[in-house]
Amino acid sequence: MAERSFSREVQDLRLGAGDELHGEGILAITKALLQSGVSYVGGYQGAPISHLMDVLADAQGLLDELGVHFESSASEAAAAATLAASVMYPLRGAVTWKSTAGTNVASDALSNLSSSGVLGGALIVIGEDYGEGSSIMQERSHAFAMKSQIWLMDPRPNLPSIVAAVEAGFELSEASSTPVMLEVRIRACHVHGSFRTKDNVKPAFTLHDALNAPKRDTGRIVLPPASFIHEKDKIERRWPAAVAFIRDRQLNERFGPQDAEIGLILQGGMYNVTLRALQQLGLADVYGESLVAMYVLNVTYPLVDDEVIAFAAGKHAVLVIEEGQPEFLEQAIATLLRRRDIQTRLSGKDVLPMAGEYTAEVLVRGLSTFITTHDRRLLGNAPPVPDPGPTLAEPAVAALAKVVPPRPAGFCTGCPERPIFAAMKLVEQELGPRLVSADIGCHLFSILPPFELGATTMGYGLGPASSSAFNVTSGGRGQRPLSVMGDGGFWHNGLTSGIGNAVYNKQDGVILVVDNFYSAATGGQDILSSRAFNAGRATNNSLVTAIRGIGVKWVRHVNRTYNVAQMRDILREAFTTPEGGPKVIVASSECMLNKQRRIRPLLAAARKAGKRQVVERFGVDSDVCTGDHACIRLSGCPSLSVKHTDDPLRDDPVAVIDESCVGCGNCGEVAEAAVLCPSFYRADVIHNPSWIDRTLAALRTRVIAALQRRRAVARVVFA
Amino acid sequence: MNDVAPLRPALSTARPISLAILAMGGQGGGVLADWIVALGEAQGWHVQSTSVPGVAQRTGATIYYIEMLKTDGRQPTLSLMPMPGDVDIVLAAELMEAGRSMLRGLVTPERTVLIASTHRSLAVSEKSAPGDGEGDPDLVRLAAGTAARRVIAFDMQSLAERVGSVISAAMFGALAGSGRLPFDRDAFEAAIRAGGKGVEPSLRAFSLGFEAARGPVSPRPLRKGIEKRFDSLPDQAGHPALDALLARIRSGFPDVLHPMLFAGVQRLVAYQDPAYAAEYLDLVVAFVAHGLGEAAAKYIAVAMAYDDVIRVADLKTTASRFARVQDEMAVTDRQLLATTEFMHPRGEEVVGLLPVRLGRAVMGRPGVFRLIDRVVNRPRRVRTHTVFWFGVLYAVAGLRRHRRAMLRHAEEMAHRDAWLAEAMRLAPVHPRLAGEMLAARRLVKGYSDTHARGLGKFDRVMAAVPLLEVRADGADWMRRLVLAAQADEQGRALDGALRTIATLDVG
Repeated sequence: MAERSFSREVQDLRLGAGDELHGEGILAITKALLQSGVSYVGGYQGAPISHLMDVLADAQGLLDELGVHFESSASEAAAAATLAASVMYPLRGAVTWKSTAGTNVASDALSNLSSSGVLGGALIVIGEDYGEGSSIMQERSHAFAMKSQIWLMDPRPNLPSIVAAVEAGFELSEASSTPVMLEVRIRACHVHGSFRTKDNVKPAFTLHDALNAPKRDTGRIVLPPASFIHEKDKIERRWPAAVAFIRDRQLNERFGPQDAEIGLILQGGMYNVTLRALQQLGLADVYGESLVAMYVLNVTYPLVDDEVIAFAAGKHAVLVIEEGQPEFLEQAIATLLRRRDIQTRLSGKDVLPMAGEYTAEVLVRGLSTFITTHDRRLLGNAPPVPDPGPTLAEPAVAALAKVVPPRPAGFCTGCPERPIFAAMKLVEQELGPRLVSADIGCHLFSILPPFELGATTMGYGLGPASSSAFNVTSGGRGQRPLSVMGDGGFWHNGLTSGIGNAVYNKQDGVILVVDNFYSAATGGQDILSSRAFNAGRATNNSLVTAIRGIGVKWVRHVNRTYNVAQMRDILREAFTTPEGGPKVIVASSECMLNKQRRIRPLLAAARKAGKRQVVERFGVDSDVCTGDHACIRLSGCPSLSVKHTDDPLRDDPVAVIDESCVGCGNCGEVAEAAVLCPSFYRADVIHNPSWIDRTLAALRTRVIAALQRRRAVARVVFA
Repeated sequence: MNDVAPLRPALSTARPISLAILAMGGQGGGVLADWIVALGEAQGWHVQSTSVPGVAQRTGATIYYIEMLKTDGRQPTLSLMPMPGDVDIVLAAELMEAGRSMLRGLVTPERTVLIASTHRSLAVSEKSAPGDGEGDPDLVRLAAGTAARRVIAFDMQSLAERVGSVISAAMFGALAGSGRLPFDRDAFEAAIRAGGKGVEPSLRAFSLGFEAARGPVSPRPLRKGIEKRFDSLPDQAGHPALDALLARIRSGFPDVLHPMLFAGVQRLVAYQDPAYAAEYLDLVVAFVAHGLGEAAAKYIAVAMAYDDVIRVADLKTTASRFARVQDEMAVTDRQLLATTEFMHPRGEEVVGLLPVRLGRAVMGRPGVFRLIDRVVNRPRRVRTHTVFWFGVLYAVAGLRRHRRAMLRHAEEMAHRDAWLAEAMRLAPVHPRLAGEMLAARRLVKGYSDTHARGLGKFDRVMAAVPLLEVRADGADWMRRLVLAAQADEQGRALDGALRTIATLDVG
């Protein structure tokens, strides 16, 4: 079960015609899919569309009622391939993933799908993970659209526009036999707003209808000569059909005085921020009234050439506001203007930055340059633009740069991955540094302080493969590399591209599979090896069995990662054993964030019912702790911090564990394994003790108290 | 779309109220944002909120952004991200996050009300330094005074904890108390009630936050940690040996030194016995004449109360420690407490307990030492609440009587004496350098490897004394060396500083 529950919100998916839905972008997208009569949905989780998958999972009941099949795909490639159902049948389908990371994975299927073309509407909802908050390389999905001729929608970031785009997307797909990508940026996925709903639509043609009347057409299969015909069909039929649809349905929008001297051509997703920038320059208001002409591309690929020309012709200059690089739109528009011999001045990346997110700040700068150059009169009465510059230049404020610490995401309190990397650190101290290949997932936080382990990431599930070139350690001519991979990456593709690859190539390296029972980094979704029972999915598939099954001989399983000494010993063995081929260690313990969410209510209920219960928490004896913080350098746990004491003989703060401690045990294990210091203790608080507990405790207390009194009496100390 | 040119429209001057929330993952920034949205919508405003959660939820810094507008009935277009210089309210759920909001330019004197909790949640970089890596909190207070139009700052975390709630509720109260949003208190409370989770504790924290925000602004500087506790010198201690120590402090030392000396004497009496404390006073005396009494009183006590197994066993078995753990874990009468210590004694610790000659003999025979090490060197889970394990620690603590005869003690005292002799040598000619040499003792701390590392750094710092004593600014360099030694575990910064000193011209 995912970490965030949408069980309350999904009730809103039942709203009908004329109702008002208040909620996040992803909820609106889900509702729009249901209003569009979708037959099947699938996808792979990842910010910013993780919650879309969670909403769909939580809406399973409603999906069943509507006859919508929902698949938690094994990867984006699997999700994209699911759209094959729309090639031959009038079935509407939608899939979703994080882009461009997921689109990279999906692109094999996408290329085939777009070559074949579709009969039913095929919609790909991509979370464009670009700019602040992004966790991946900064690229554009636009390139995929162009190379495969998949249409790309980029609606204005408000719920009514996004919902309208989903609905129009299916129709566009069907009108042009082409899959459509719908791009939503990070903040748009999480934007809270409202829109008027329509009734949900049950698909008229069902998956069963298709199953019971199978169809085939060799002409739709990507194989010569059909593949050559597909390319021609794309250019000669599908593309013009798409352009006609976009034009006739007026999917792109125009705002402001169209006869103005200058105009802006922008991606739909850039609309709100552009409007805010214009507002700052005194050229627009909060209700969208603008003194500058705007042509808003809710569909950024393909362009409707005639609309672009109609907008640009007669203007002195147009500015293309296009986030990211390369500047595909600007290049296309430049080509178009040149071919039609239109002399309107074209501006874009000359006044706006080529790379990086377009914030209001960035756009204010670019727009003022553009307007100053081409229509200076407009800025005559411009109010002063908000400028934090003078404040930032104040010495008191500038001084903050020295004290405000970076605060990157890191392992949570009690995270089971922390002891794995603490053990790694200990082995590193013993055997020296080695090459570590990291992967995608929470375990990637190992690259940050305090662990600082891991040199490269090559993609999800590709950690082991990225050590491949270093398979030259036989005969002890070098330290064996360590490759890390999570359970999520393992099932995504790592079993074959990582472990199978290592087996076949006889790689003499060590592969560490971090198994936390969930796809944890993306929000705790279940995967094949999840230990939870999931009525709709087959969980509890063993990683170790899969690893042995693919041919690994040396496999070790640590079933409690908090056992730092065991973890350290197994790592040492893996690094030093004479055995050839890949050495695979599976380190399993449940993701603490999800575990706490799962067990807290259960424990509270049991405690209330009077059941005996032991709650563990850790503490530090502050007068034993010497303030060296070696424990923190092997942990970094949020609940383990330092505090100054009132002891006048101490200069340095001592370690302290706050009440957020979940008693995972890492502190004690690390102190023990690393021979750190005896200041850590574990306190077991026994709730609802049994009579045996109570009797034993009373006896012990009597003896101990007597001894304590004896010593206290004999001792000369200041009171 | 019609192609007829519209008339130049009159632009509305309405602008939304903008709020940015800076929080760390798990602090409930999302809950706070939801309350604000519910509040605005219930009052008929158009509200839009966004966030960038993703992986940042995992303990990292996260920002939530809200815009709200009382519309004229038309659909407004609101921004999805804060623009520096254009934010009305910044809510920071931690002091350094408030600092971050200022560094990002979100707080400007023209418009921003900064509502910040002054508590600290230390970042990894701050707490992993071997010494004190915490940033100076007062810099944030000073910057806020410059950057913000108005500052509402207090410890919202402990306020909320006091009533069993979470910081987001106290912050929501402070927002209401700020009066910056045109809604009355009932409307805020209604939003909490509508949320439906933990309503009562949230309302209590809300109320405290509300009142605190309306109270006077504290002009006091923010300090790291807490004041040092100096007990005043008592007239009588109820024991002749202790009274003698008090009398010596009173008659033999200037008044200003009394608090630190008393702290030292208290520590050493508890550590060993009154005679040991008297020995300490003898050592301090010599430094007083050179104006080094304070440093000597502090660091000689630190050196003499070195960390050993006897002390650890003693601290772990006192009745006051049992009571403190009970208290910290909030154990009630109906619950029981069991404690487990994580110890890892090594051969060195055991041999250190042996009488000097025997101990030296063992250390001189690697085979014997290895044998001892093999027997004792392993992790021990010491269950202090059981009679057996308590008895073991109790017995070890009882070895205190024999400490003076032990090998470890002899080594510590030799080290102490060499250090003090060197400081004493320089005290008349270079008193500031001698003072910094005394203060360098803070480098020696910890157990086993940590202790060895600290001692190593201390010795390397001391080895630089011949280079420094010929310099007028030798004391400053000594202080820098000590700071450098604490910057990182391996002593890389110290290496660099020592190299720099080696290349200095004699100044």
